[in-house]
Amino acid sequence: MKEFAYRRATDLRDALIAGSGGARYLGGGTNLVDLMKDGVEAPDRLIDVRQLPFAGIRETPDGGLLIGATTTNSDLAAHPEIRRRYPALSQAVLAGASGQLRNMATVGGNLLQRTRCAYFADPSQACNKRLPGSGCPAIAGEHHNHAILGRSPHCAATHPSDMAVALVAFDAVVRYETLEGVGEIPLEKFYLPVGDTPQRETALPPGALITAVVLPGSAVSPRSRYRKVRERASYAFATVSIAAGLDGDRGSARIALGGVASRPWRARTAEFFLLEGPTTADRFRAAADAELSAAEPLPGNGYKVTLARNLIVAVLEEVHA
Amino acid sequence: MNTTTGAIGIARPRIEGRAKVTGAARYAADVPTPNLLFGSVVLSTVSRGRIHGVDVSAVQDMPGVVGVIHHTNAPRLNPKAGGFFGPDGQLQLLQDAVIPFAGRPVALVVAETLEQAQAAAAALPVTYEEEPHDTAFTADHPAGRPAVTIFDGPVDVGDVEAELAASAVVVEERYRTPEEHCSAMEPHSATAWWEGERLEAIDSNQGPFTIAATMATLFSLSLDQVHIRTEHVGGGFGSKGLCGPQLILAAMAALRFRRPVRVTLTRAQVFLTTAMRPATDQLIRIGADADGHLRAIWHEPAFEISPLAEYIEGCTELTKTLYAATAIRTNLTAVPLDVLPPSSMRGPGAVPGSFVLESAMDELAERLGLDPLELRLRNEPVVGPVSGLPFSSRNLVACLREGARRFGWDTRDHRPRLRREGALLIGTGLAATSFSAGAFPSSASITAEPDGTFIVAIGATDLGTGARTALTAIAADALAVGTERIHLKISDSALGPAWAAGGSRGTTSWAWAIAEAAAKLRDQDYRGTVTVDTSQSLGDLPSQERHAYSAIFAQVSVDPATGEARLRRLLGMFAVGRVVNPLMARSQVIGGMIGGLSMALHEEGVRDPVSGRHVNADFAGYHIAAHADVPDIEADFVPDYEPGIPMGIKGAGEIGNVGTAAAIANAVWHATGVRQRSLPIRLDRVLEA
Repeated sequence: MKEFAYRRATDLRDALIAGSGGARYLGGGTNLVDLMKDGVEAPDRLIDVRQLPFAGIRETPDGGLLIGATTTNSDLAAHPEIRRRYPALSQAVLAGASGQLRNMATVGGNLLQRTRCAYFADPSQACNKRLPGSGCPAIAGEHHNHAILGRSPHCAATHPSDMAVALVAFDAVVRYETLEGVGEIPLEKFYLPVGDTPQRETALPPGALITAVVLPGSAVSPRSRYRKVRERASYAFATVSIAAGLDGDRGSARIALGGVASRPWRARTAEFFLLEGPTTADRFRAAADAELSAAEPLPGNGYKVTLARNLIVAVLEEVHA
Repeated sequence: MNTTTGAIGIARPRIEGRAKVTGAARYAADVPTPNLLFGSVVLSTVSRGRIHGVDVSAVQDMPGVVGVIHHTNAPRLNPKAGGFFGPDGQLQLLQDAVIPFAGRPVALVVAETLEQAQAAAAALPVTYEEEPHDTAFTADHPAGRPAVTIFDGPVDVGDVEAELAASAVVVEERYRTPEEHCSAMEPHSATAWWEGERLEAIDSNQGPFTIAATMATLFSLSLDQVHIRTEHVGGGFGSKGLCGPQLILAAMAALRFRRPVRVTLTRAQVFLTTAMRPATDQLIRIGADADGHLRAIWHEPAFEISPLAEYIEGCTELTKTLYAATAIRTNLTAVPLDVLPPSSMRGPGAVPGSFVLESAMDELAERLGLDPLELRLRNEPVVGPVSGLPFSSRNLVACLREGARRFGWDTRDHRPRLRREGALLIGTGLAATSFSAGAFPSSASITAEPDGTFIVAIGATDLGTGARTALTAIAADALAVGTERIHLKISDSALGPAWAAGGSRGTTSWAWAIAEAAAKLRDQDYRGTVTVDTSQSLGDLPSQERHAYSAIFAQVSVDPATGEARLRRLLGMFAVGRVVNPLMARSQVIGGMIGGLSMALHEEGVRDPVSGRHVNADFAGYHIAAHADVPDIEADFVPDYEPGIPMGIKGAGEIGNVGTAAAIANAVWHATGVRQRSLPIRLDRVLEA
């Protein structure tokens, strides 16, 4: 690991000044520190923002919840109002990592965790995300777990967060601070399309510090569900995952997929298809097929199209039941 | 040989258990060493070619760097060094510019601290002249040739073609298993220093004496100039049976820089440069009469090797002894490729071989419309079907019957895809297994102390299995005293020749030596010191079929919509000779069964098809069964005793691993109606549209 300077921030403004000067923010460190050990990341300065006063979950005026960025994943998953009103979010967080990691990981850091693509994780390999212009060995190489939706010829990596999949289904908004003031971005627009700039992953302005995630007062049924399919029963990233719920008043569905794209994939096409009211398995299947007609699998991951379709149908049936 | 004090057979916790759970036990990288330097290994990033240059000047002024050893400045090693299979090119580190596989060590950067060594190793520019490589394994590969026959050589008994032609039912199928990695919890680590012309080392390995012998040859020393110790070892699973790169590199650097040097491999380096089970591609044909009596088994496995070293993945071991077939033919094909040299891993050969034999037997039962348990019972041999030798003891039927009773096998409907729980399909399967038993020569010394205690010295190794505790009980019974009077000294090459902890022969080999030493000491009225070597008495052991046995039963659930196959229940009944310590033996076979579960459902070394490089060299990408994958596992022992061997012991090290993958694959078939002939049973292989 390259030597670096470390400082614990106790004041938001000091942190922002450091951040705008090129320092990196450190939350739980469960991903960034690993990447530093392997030489994938090599920041000169880390500003530990964990002690800043953002932890906790509180009600918002419109009936939603505000989740402070330094809230741990464990505390988020265990929160009674999250479990009651946004069950898919609690389930998603609990499906991720391990108990030890969830105790350390923070909500803000989780949104910024990097892909688990093996080529990205190995500095002796080419990777357009790590070293723009160096190439993407995954396209012709090993891509069993790579993206089938929204990928580009430059990158086929998937986004690893389970939490973000549920958040995007619930129309969550990311709130951040810069030296210029407060900003907000809907999570669906927070993650950028891959295009020819896979190294640019989020729309967060330079130096900005995530302070909270805001969940709108939602009509989504408390019967929302997160289901994660993976190669072993715990401690593995999603092969394909889904957060789905039914809107109580409109009778339409919210669907977001994980493990299929460079970002949590809001399945708008399927949702639109179901606007008339989700009722039968056939209709769920047609909605899934409509969504996945845009899929462009690589030679080694076509199975994910079948899996994603089966999963959409199974979970919609479950929340509809 | 039976004694009356009775320490053997009592469930006792590990002697060193408290030291381990409190962190007091020191592993190879924990031992404080003054004036220590740290070495960080640099591995080749190309699959084949030559080193063009190592630019030492780029790192030599970095903080703490003492130097870099590489192929142009490393101490020269003796090319005759090797093991079972003769000279081993894997040991010839930093001797030339040739790159035989991605992951081959190309340099060792040595610095005052570990962090400085790692930083400089990461910055060291190494350039290559890359050459075309071949890492694409298949049985049909044109480079394939007969494997060496040092063991598990080809056999041809009876007329296989005629028996297959006369069979009412024939199964002819091809099965594949992937590269798998030993993945011991403790990474390979060594600390080496020279005292004049004498090499001292603390190393994580499975047998300090054999490692010392290899190091003596490598460095052209006499055996008494090499002293290797191995106090605690955090698992090996075969990967620490060979002289590891950590020790060779540490000794080379210590020689060059004249200070103690510690080399600890990173997790990725353990994957890339130590040992793996080779991928296998196996064709098997089994023919039977309509009543289920076997006429023929023809088993032709192929496996990958490296041109650097011979190796045998002895996949046909069980094929030669498990069932009474009229005709049996086996032959093994080795396919040299530009890959990490394969090596012994958790039941080498028997494990991938049993997956094939026991899957094919299940397919045969299916086609015969016969209970898979009944098929096995009908083909129980009287003598070794190939060797014609008697079995020393054979309790497979007892394992099968008792396992079936406990598992509730007799209520099973053998038709597939009939049992559902909501969206899940449920199935059960079984496999019969064996693993060869026996002992190798070892020496032991016992000294009677004036205070009535005994110092029992033997070059054994405790890999974490509880060997220290087991041998204490064995020594106590052999001397007819209480265990509190035994002081055991192990894990030191100076204690004399001893078999390593491997091949399920550690406890048997060491117990034999301790038993003989104890008998001799009793003969001289418990006075003085005795030393024995069992080479002679082992040679007197009559030729017999000697095996441990087990029957494994599995229940799985499968979600056909997602392809997730999950184990629900696993039961193993074992015949492993006399059980020295039921607590540890159970732990050992359960560990083996979890290894088998992991092989069935998870483990797979994955290569990039373009670069030939291993791309999942970490525990996030190389999946081993995690806690949530390990359900209720039951393991128990049927009464068993090995007559020719002191104290009636057989090995328990590897038998738990054998057969488990087949039992699970058979259960997945029973659940889904689809055969899984490639491991692991990945969800994309099970997924239904």
